Amino acid sequence: MAEAADIQAAVDRLMGAMAGQRGTLLPMLHALQEEFGHIPAHAVPIIAEALNLSRAEVHGVLSFYHDFRDRPTARHVVKLCRAESCQARGGGAIEAAMAERLGVAMGEESIDGKVALEAIYCLGLCAIGPNALIDDRPVARIDAAAVARIAAEVTA
Amino acid sequence: MTRVFISRDMASVALGADAVADAFAKAGCEVIRTGSRGLFSIEPLVEVETDQGRVGYGPIGPGDVAAVLDGSHGNRLGDVAALPFFAKQQRFTFVRCGIIDPLNLEDYAAHGGWQGLEKARAGNPQASVDAVKASGLRGRGGAGFPTGIKWQTVLDAWADEKFIVCNADEGDSGTFADRMLMEGDPYCLIEGMAIAGHAVGALHGYIYIRSEYPFAVATMRAAIKRSAHLIAPFTLEVRVGAGAYVCGEETALLDSIEGKRGQVRAKPPLPAITGLFGKPTVINNVLSLAAVPFILAEGAERYAEVGFGRSRGTMPVQLAGNVKHGGLFEIGFGITLGELVEEIGGGTASGRPVRAVQVGGPLGAYFPPAMFHLPFDYEAFAAAGGLIGHAGITVFDDGVDMAHMARFAMEFCAVESCGKCTPCRIGSTRGVELIDRIVAKAPREAGVLETQPQMRNASRAERSHNEEIGLLRELCDTMKYGSLCALGGFTPYPVLSALDYFPEDFGGEPALADAAE
Repeated sequence: MAEAADIQAAVDRLMGAMAGQRGTLLPMLHALQEEFGHIPAHAVPIIAEALNLSRAEVHGVLSFYHDFRDRPTARHVVKLCRAESCQARGGGAIEAAMAERLGVAMGEESIDGKVALEAIYCLGLCAIGPNALIDDRPVARIDAAAVARIAAEVTA
Repeated sequence: MTRVFISRDMASVALGADAVADAFAKAGCEVIRTGSRGLFSIEPLVEVETDQGRVGYGPIGPGDVAAVLDGSHGNRLGDVAALPFFAKQQRFTFVRCGIIDPLNLEDYAAHGGWQGLEKARAGNPQASVDAVKASGLRGRGGAGFPTGIKWQTVLDAWADEKFIVCNADEGDSGTFADRMLMEGDPYCLIEGMAIAGHAVGALHGYIYIRSEYPFAVATMRAAIKRSAHLIAPFTLEVRVGAGAYVCGEETALLDSIEGKRGQVRAKPPLPAITGLFGKPTVINNVLSLAAVPFILAEGAERYAEVGFGRSRGTMPVQLAGNVKHGGLFEIGFGITLGELVEEIGGGTASGRPVRAVQVGGPLGAYFPPAMFHLPFDYEAFAAAGGLIGHAGITVFDDGVDMAHMARFAMEFCAVESCGKCTPCRIGSTRGVELIDRIVAKAPREAGVLETQPQMRNASRAERSHNEEIGLLRELCDTMKYGSLCALGGFTPYPVLSALDYFPEDFGGEPALADAAE
């Protein structure tokens, strides 16, 4: 759990590990999110204090980047590419099918917290789309059958 | 024991290469994981080492092991390098990609690695800068600025420290060359950065990789660790992005490394003078830096003798989207768009006619087949109202709705705008609304504002369709000339090109075929 004391301990440890690095805020945030799954609001003053930044600066960075979350995410995350190359290969229909199968709209999370459907803009697999990251595993050439398979896997 | 080569590139893995590799390992083969050769219609590709060289088979599934090993499999390709897709290429930068084990230092050295760095370090810094200048290399990230001039500026700048920054925030849809190179030949990039460090007097470098490329991040980190002793005293560090497309803009990228919001800086001052942490900084794309070892090792003339007009050397073109033979095709500048799409790419994957191609990512123009005579060259594309960008070509068949694509360009800009300048931040949202109204044929009526008594000169009539289109063009004009960086500044390219070449999708008359020429 991301209690303040745990975050403080993690920040202290990371400060030691990152000594000598410059511009440590982003690597620090990545490491914290990796450890706790998200970066809660009460982590902001702790990070700010450690890096000698204002809370506004830390909050500004946290809220700027799409990757950082202030709440825990769903158990399974389907990140579906919405960019042009995947659209050219029928990504629009796959997006609709995936939303229907999972029962969540794009950018939403199911009420039971099991699965979230997120938009991602390009995985660099542009000749073999439509593509997705299923819990960080890349999947290419998604067709109707693959949508069914993925949905069954993540909602199980 | 039979040696087989299977790619560990993210694209190959997404197509099931891991399961194939496991199956071959179980069958008692020695499996060597390489980068990708770069043709995805034959992935997962397995190459078996024989007395006659490597014999390729693809695509291969985990159940095909026996048939591949006894040579009877129907998808036998023979020598992969002899396939037309590869035989027609001029691989300068990607010469090792797909062939060597990416992290094996001996493999890299045996295939010509470190020769460029050795030659650079045998001479003075100015000699390295001169070689890059003489090669005619221009920034491969999209802007096309001469790399040698940039290096000269940093070399001439006086400072207590300088930096080399590699822009590996390859966010453009339809591009994957940076990713393939980092996963398939990471030492090439490291060598290029070490040469840059020697050339301008920098001792530390950063590689900023987007978080959507976890494989590239892992490979680069491992490669930096293993090659540290070879590039010393130069040191390198990987920084991972956090899902902001705008960080591919060089000044936003620098702010992001510094630990700030990735917002665009006003230029001047140029990063070459006041860059990372306020110090003179060389910031180059992956492909620019990865071209440098070849230039130093083989000579600038050898690089410059290939190309077209003021675009010298080779460009790793990426064929993407609805294309039959998608992949990476490195070739000298000057090849026409039509040759790339129709001959090399083989037309669409769906078998339907090509309707449009977008060149240069989300900020690039859409061209109809009537423009396929265009030679791949910075100046020719600029003159045609487009850009080469990072040389990604996304192919669309006749099912595409170009008004939808124009709307998407605006929508993407609205999602990814850093918010610093108004034309981009607000213009993109107004653009989405405007295109929605145009498509719905629901022009805006006079609103609260226009009916105010003091607004007596404002038109209270409903705007006509043409007036709405005119307004969209005006908005594009404002974004193009009023934005701080290429995100807002280039979003008009896809919008205006869609409007110019495919007016019928916006409810207008079709463009005349000869008007498109």
